[in-house]
Amino acid sequence: MITWSNFVSQLFNGLALGALLALISAGLTIIYGTLGVLNLAHGAMFMLGGYAGYVAFQATGSYAIAVIAGALFLVVVGGLVELVVVRHFYNRPPEDQLLVTFGIGIVIVELVRLAFGSLSLTVPAPSWAAGVTSLGFMIYPTYRIVVLAIAAAALAVLYVVLYRTRLGMMVRAGIEDSGMVDMLGINIYRVFMLVFGIGAMAAGFAGIVNAPVVSLTPDMGDGILVQTFVVVVIGGVGSFPGAILGGLIAGEILSLTSMVDPSYSEVMLFVVMTLVLLLRPEGLLGLRGRA
Amino acid sequence: MTSRTIKSSRRTVLKTAGGLLAAAALPRVARAAESYPPLGTWPAGSSGDSVFIGITVPRTGTYAAQGEDELKGYMLAVEHINSGNPLIKKISPKTTKGVLGKQVKYGVADSEAKPNTAVQEQQRFISENKAVLMTGSTSSAVAVALNHLAQREKVLYVAGISGSNDTTGKDCVRYGFRQCFYGQTAAAAIGPVLLKNFGKNRKAAFMTPDYTYGHTVTKSVGDYLTANGGWTTVTDQVSPLGAPDYSSYLTNIANSGAEFLINVNWGHDAVLSTQQAKQFGLLDKMKLVIPYQTPFLAKEVGPEITQGVYAATDFWWTLEDKFPLAKMFVEEFQKKYGYRPEWGAENAYMEFALWAEAVENAGTFYPPEVIKSYEAGRKINSIVGEVYWRGADHQLVRPVTIVRGKKPGDMKNKEDFWEVLEVDPGLPLMQKPDAFGCQLGEST
Repeated sequence: MITWSNFVSQLFNGLALGALLALISAGLTIIYGTLGVLNLAHGAMFMLGGYAGYVAFQATGSYAIAVIAGALFLVVVGGLVELVVVRHFYNRPPEDQLLVTFGIGIVIVELVRLAFGSLSLTVPAPSWAAGVTSLGFMIYPTYRIVVLAIAAAALAVLYVVLYRTRLGMMVRAGIEDSGMVDMLGINIYRVFMLVFGIGAMAAGFAGIVNAPVVSLTPDMGDGILVQTFVVVVIGGVGSFPGAILGGLIAGEILSLTSMVDPSYSEVMLFVVMTLVLLLRPEGLLGLRGRA
Repeated sequence: MTSRTIKSSRRTVLKTAGGLLAAAALPRVARAAESYPPLGTWPAGSSGDSVFIGITVPRTGTYAAQGEDELKGYMLAVEHINSGNPLIKKISPKTTKGVLGKQVKYGVADSEAKPNTAVQEQQRFISENKAVLMTGSTSSAVAVALNHLAQREKVLYVAGISGSNDTTGKDCVRYGFRQCFYGQTAAAAIGPVLLKNFGKNRKAAFMTPDYTYGHTVTKSVGDYLTANGGWTTVTDQVSPLGAPDYSSYLTNIANSGAEFLINVNWGHDAVLSTQQAKQFGLLDKMKLVIPYQTPFLAKEVGPEITQGVYAATDFWWTLEDKFPLAKMFVEEFQKKYGYRPEWGAENAYMEFALWAEAVENAGTFYPPEVIKSYEAGRKINSIVGEVYWRGADHQLVRPVTIVRGKKPGDMKNKEDFWEVLEVDPGLPLMQKPDAFGCQLGEST
């Protein structure tokens, strides 16, 4: 159904979808870039953020508190997961790391299912962002525009932290040569724990911000995890700007393909990923030999 | 691998031998054992004092909530069969306790709504537990796969929730049976209601999950509305099972000029797509129609969204006012689980009750005899009134119920989401048995 107005609508929708994917993927890529661990529990972190926000919202009725509490909870969970489990796998083969993070993901999902059941739960959008907004070319849910703005702001904050602070410098130095950073007297393990926490927080933050758009189920992270991987591969594994570019590309692919044939929109995502892997295996903004 | 095969086959031989010896103690089964050659899990599966049913339902993924509900229906039925509950005896008058005097045991596995997983798990139930019956699906892709497994392994399969025309159509098998309503009967029941209330020549947008259930239901409903009312399908948004977001599909629908949104998505997909349609403001512009109801949909999206929505279903609990057995079922279910059952649990309960009825009437677990008993077309007293099996495609001839969402203010209790508008007799809704290419195959 290709009409001019639908094209513009889908272009905008792709941007909104892409910004959220970029935020989640940024968390995954920061963890991989720094720790060298591909965190397969990332989808579960996204889901857990949503549930943490739900609990906070039920307790306080405040959207702002729900978002902050959800994000902080995930920093703690992420840090604990690194400290208790992931830390012991840095010197193990990659397949062990994949298996253990996959296992952590299953444990988190099943614990949430045990506590909340399989029926979906909803967090309402804040009253100031309820309803729809006319953009001229289309009517769009107001809250989704808010999500787009929040995701963009969160990515900007992450950028500042990574590229304009001392912590960011340590993290980036850790990516380059963690042994050297260690020798310089910086406690690299503390940095790793913080990075894992921040990575988990990016997913959890996205999870709670996105909660009013979706309904929460314990399995909601599965589909997101797959899309996030595609984003990271397209953008370049370990590259923060790559995650943003990859997220936006993925959002546009999903939206624009659906205009031609909706049943192919997910498939096209993988087609593009395959093309990127064939033509530029390190990803669009990845550095050769690093990933 | 080789040693395992030898080991298990030796165990099979021992069990079979043991089973035959045990069977000799029971005159009726002993007679059967003499007259029939071994087939599938017969006689090993029914030679002890209990029989085993393999249940595969989705306990994770998009259909998890409905899978759990279905499982509750199965468990209640087993409990009733084993204790000879009055409700089971109304459906299966020959039942005393158990089935042919044997207690029913079962194993449960998570199918994840994936055909491969379900087949592997059922294969395990067949080889390790000598299952005499397989059941469970909330995805027709699973039902179709298990149909074929049943035919190959010569073990009976009663579908769980399965809305595809194919399950008793082109993928029907001699060893498979389906209780619930499906695309064709849903379309034939809800179509006239839509035409009567909204008139001819309207424009509809479909949301379709990308597998056999979605495609056949959308086709049946679309064909009916086009042929009988001149409706046009302005867009059909096909999406994968478990899609994390529906915004791009809804954007297409917003730009399609549709007056009706016919949402065929199911399970959590139905919940999410309906909620997001509301967020996009579509439900203020278009009328939502649910041709194949998802259990708990109204509970999850809220009556503000489902009010005024037309839906076709297998069962709604207020049918207790119409059918005495429905009243018994709702009471028993609520007593055990603390809420009123939706159609997933009802379907599951009925499948087991009807199986018990068929086996009791066959007088043996020997599958070809049980199949003959099913195919005899006896009139059976059920939760939704008198029903019978259609021998030619193994589909139960049973009514389809049309409901309309109540306004929040009209609800008499917190589960009073839907008002029953009509209960349509099954046979006039059904296609001819061979219209969807059903060829049952052999029983031996």
